[in-house]
Amino acid sequence: MCLAIPARVVTLDGAMATVEVAGVTRTASTHLLDGVRVGDYLLIHAGFALSRLDEAEAQETLRLLEQMGELEVGALG
Amino acid sequence: MKYMDEFRDPALAQRLVREIRSLVRAPVRIMEICGGHTAVIFKYGIHKMVPPEIEYIHGPGCPVCVSPREKVDLAIQLAWQDDVIFTTFADMIRVPGSRSSLAREQARGADVRMVYSSLDALEIARRNPHRPVVFFAIGFETTAPTNAMAVLLAREQGLTNFSIVSNHVTVPPAIRAILDAPEVRLDAFIAPGHVSLVTGSRIYRFIAEEYGKPVVISGFEPLDLLQATAMVLRQQREGRATVENQYRRAVSEMGNLKAQAAVDTVFETSDMTWRGLGMIPGSGLKVRPAFAAHDAERRFALQPPAPSRDPKACECGDILRGLKAPWDCRVFGTACTPEKPLGACMVSSEGACAAYYHYGRHWPAAG
Repeated sequence: MCLAIPARVVTLDGAMATVEVAGVTRTASTHLLDGVRVGDYLLIHAGFALSRLDEAEAQETLRLLEQMGELEVGALG
Repeated sequence: MKYMDEFRDPALAQRLVREIRSLVRAPVRIMEICGGHTAVIFKYGIHKMVPPEIEYIHGPGCPVCVSPREKVDLAIQLAWQDDVIFTTFADMIRVPGSRSSLAREQARGADVRMVYSSLDALEIARRNPHRPVVFFAIGFETTAPTNAMAVLLAREQGLTNFSIVSNHVTVPPAIRAILDAPEVRLDAFIAPGHVSLVTGSRIYRFIAEEYGKPVVISGFEPLDLLQATAMVLRQQREGRATVENQYRRAVSEMGNLKAQAAVDTVFETSDMTWRGLGMIPGSGLKVRPAFAAHDAERRFALQPPAPSRDPKACECGDILRGLKAPWDCRVFGTACTPEKPLGACMVSSEGACAAYYHYGRHWPAAG
């Protein structure tokens, strides 16, 4: 029920968007989210976009993880 | 950036595991509230990656699991009303009621149809203007706005044959009930990432401020859960108890205000009975009188089915409260399997029992 997937907006037609996840397109409603643009990544739940994914925050999260400790020689990969 | 593979990077996972190892001091019991988190933890073996001091306790974040049996009985009654097309998410179709399930009734000829979205149910209503279409509106705060929007669109588009049977529950009252129960010992919470998209991080403040427990909101990829675990441990280590947001790429403090407004327009709070937790005041959502025309329970004026008890052997209630693990249930994997479930925790995709069963964790500790 809490499943929401990151999907890229391909086209917009009024309140309905065509979004793409791993090569598969489907429609999603943007009734619950303002200012959606083509190219945005949205989190879609039960056919509705609930949130936009922030690329800068995502990059920052990954950057923090990469800075965490140093990989030791021989560590399990 | 595709937001999935990057958050499954094994090398970064190893860094996080090392970080977690350096932070852990004593046994720690972390409740991960959301069934979706439970499934990811078991699918990726996160419980095996982290040191044994860390115990993930599964919470009641599975709306299918916490629905009492009589809700299915009500759905079945509605499905058999004159000419009704009964629409539901796939999750609910095989959940046992007191005597039957929607799947069995479908086999007997009730017009039960699985939909992926409430919008699909609206479309069915549009194509069948002379038949009543009922939608089984179940879920937490993540789903409530989508179902509220369906009601608003039905009204806007004149789909007078469309109604919902509301089976919504909310997270904060359930957490409070769990924290107030003396038997359950918990040190921290990993909060549901997608509920939080809608509600924002602010709804969990009471857990830190009133109960002194660290809370970290987590995304659903393996790195998210590992990082959230590390953040919990760091709070503990530093003697802090606050709400932190690991899922910063998606969750904000205030949440989705438009979604919250839709819910507030269509629904009001109600008292709800939860499997395992009993009656929790104000923990549910019901359709407001202004939208009575789209409220199936009012439209069909049925006698509400009597409360129904789970089979004696089913331990779903205790599992949902974090008192027991699935293998503590005598019928886990024997009389109760996904093919022949005795309880909702085994049949729902977010149930703890289903997660344990599908990802092979049959025995404690060694696995």
